[in-house]
Amino acid sequence: MNQHVTAGLADPVRVEPTGREDVVRLVDLKRRFGATAALDGVSLTVKKGEILGIIGRSGAGKSTLIRCLNGLERQDSGEVFIEGREIGRLRERELQPLRRRIGMVFQHFNLLSAKTVEDNVALPLKIEGRPRAERMARAAELLQLVGLSEKAKAYPASLSGGQKQRVGIARALAARPALLLSDEATSALDPETTRSILALLKDINSRLGLTILLITHEMEVIRSIADRVAVIDAGRIVEEGAVWQVFADPKSEITRSLLGGIRPQLPPEIASRLVPGEGAETILRIDVAGEAAHRPLLSELGASVHGAFRLVHGGIDHVQQQPVGTLFVAVPGADAAHLAAVIAFLKNRGARVEVLGHVAGPV
Amino acid sequence: MSPVLFELLLRSIWETVLMTGASGLISLVFGLPLGLALVATDRGGIAESLWVNRILGAVVNGFRSVPFIILLVALIPVTRLIVGTSIGTWAAIVPLSIAATPYYARIAEVSLREVDHGLIEAARAMGGNRWTIIREVLVPEALPGIVAGFTVTLVTLVGASAMAGAIGAGGLGDLAIRYGYQRFETSVMVAVVIVLIVLVCGIQWIGDRLVARLDHRG
Repeated sequence: MNQHVTAGLADPVRVEPTGREDVVRLVDLKRRFGATAALDGVSLTVKKGEILGIIGRSGAGKSTLIRCLNGLERQDSGEVFIEGREIGRLRERELQPLRRRIGMVFQHFNLLSAKTVEDNVALPLKIEGRPRAERMARAAELLQLVGLSEKAKAYPASLSGGQKQRVGIARALAARPALLLSDEATSALDPETTRSILALLKDINSRLGLTILLITHEMEVIRSIADRVAVIDAGRIVEEGAVWQVFADPKSEITRSLLGGIRPQLPPEIASRLVPGEGAETILRIDVAGEAAHRPLLSELGASVHGAFRLVHGGIDHVQQQPVGTLFVAVPGADAAHLAAVIAFLKNRGARVEVLGHVAGPV
Repeated sequence: MSPVLFELLLRSIWETVLMTGASGLISLVFGLPLGLALVATDRGGIAESLWVNRILGAVVNGFRSVPFIILLVALIPVTRLIVGTSIGTWAAIVPLSIAATPYYARIAEVSLREVDHGLIEAARAMGGNRWTIIREVLVPEALPGIVAGFTVTLVTLVGASAMAGAIGAGGLGDLAIRYGYQRFETSVMVAVVIVLIVLVCGIQWIGDRLVARLDHRG
């Protein structure tokens, strides 16, 4: 990835010295489409230089939300502040210069088929009325940043999906925006290309200090690049926090379900044998994160609470350099006191423990 | 074919080319903006205005539903007002243009409507205004269709110009009727048909070549 970005940008993104830390501030944003509330009171802030990921299922209101940030969609009520300025009530003509402060990357790239790659990248500057020489110089600089210098004269139709999105990103950066909006930028790409596009976004964020707000339905995207995550469901933010904390301790059902794909789950062949009440073994789910995950938890457990137990499934993962783990452990025997001691020990060490059920025989 | 007839044939070719070219050009100049207006004012368009859209649509449909031969006669006062006479090649250009403009507007409208809405949204997100969207997105993206549609319009005009003989405009169609049909000059009829075939094929060939060069959609 890094070989694509050695060039860097001649001058960094301008950020006006407003003293404000919040690039975006949303206050009780509401938008209805007929009988359905796409946004039902959303309040959020995005701080300068951070990557905020908004995740939700399709129809949760993500697209409406991101479109309210550059006025492509208008709210019914509530306020949208971009760099301290309320934009929700501006007229289209007043919004136009403001939108140049906000770059946007789209799921389906939205590149103009009739323009070459460099003309696509330079289009925001053409709209700004910059002279051609300046536009072409900037386009060349950005194409080098995204590693596509040799495609400058090509037409988008000849590019792969990943290359098209690189052009989309270069175009979004052309007018030196203060904020980058990413609307499912990797949803149309294969996993490998997704990784390289996310690495590019992360790199741009850290090198230019560019604030990024991205929406996605994939937790993997959040996990790869976001600093903070907000989970949206039925037009409301149901959960928000540092990514590793939300991964370690998801509060809402929808978050757990979205995490399902990438967090360890009890294998179905065991899950199907679980019964309530009693059995030969008790299956526990142990969630650890941060401090608790640094400890030799299982050996400490073995030493202090006598009795055999087995690790059935799970492991420690790293999210934002923080260990986040889920372990599925089988404790033998039907001794309730013993089980209580095990649970008490684990909770004492900062782990969250859930008794999932019992199985008749060894699993 | 006698030298006199041959000269007549050459003059008729020129008249047809003139009528087709001039009215084609006029229909492009007025039809394309009209097509843009039909798309822009429609629901979800960049300048949504449904009543304007309905009025434009009704006017276009009105002109398109009148048979050309009737339009040719009905527009005589308008023609007289514009060119000062109601007979001759230039006089025929007025009704031909007025018939071809709404025809071409509808063809251009179809191409413009097919431009991906995501591209318009991208241009808006970059801070573009309506004019930017028209100049940088709608027209360039629809250009292959706009050119292909213009080709169709020109070929249609070659045919329609044959009727212009009714107001003394001359042209190949008129020659074929007066000499080839009414005076049994089979050689004239054959020559006219060959010239028309060559003319139509030529227009179509140039149009297709142009579209191929303009189309980068892959």
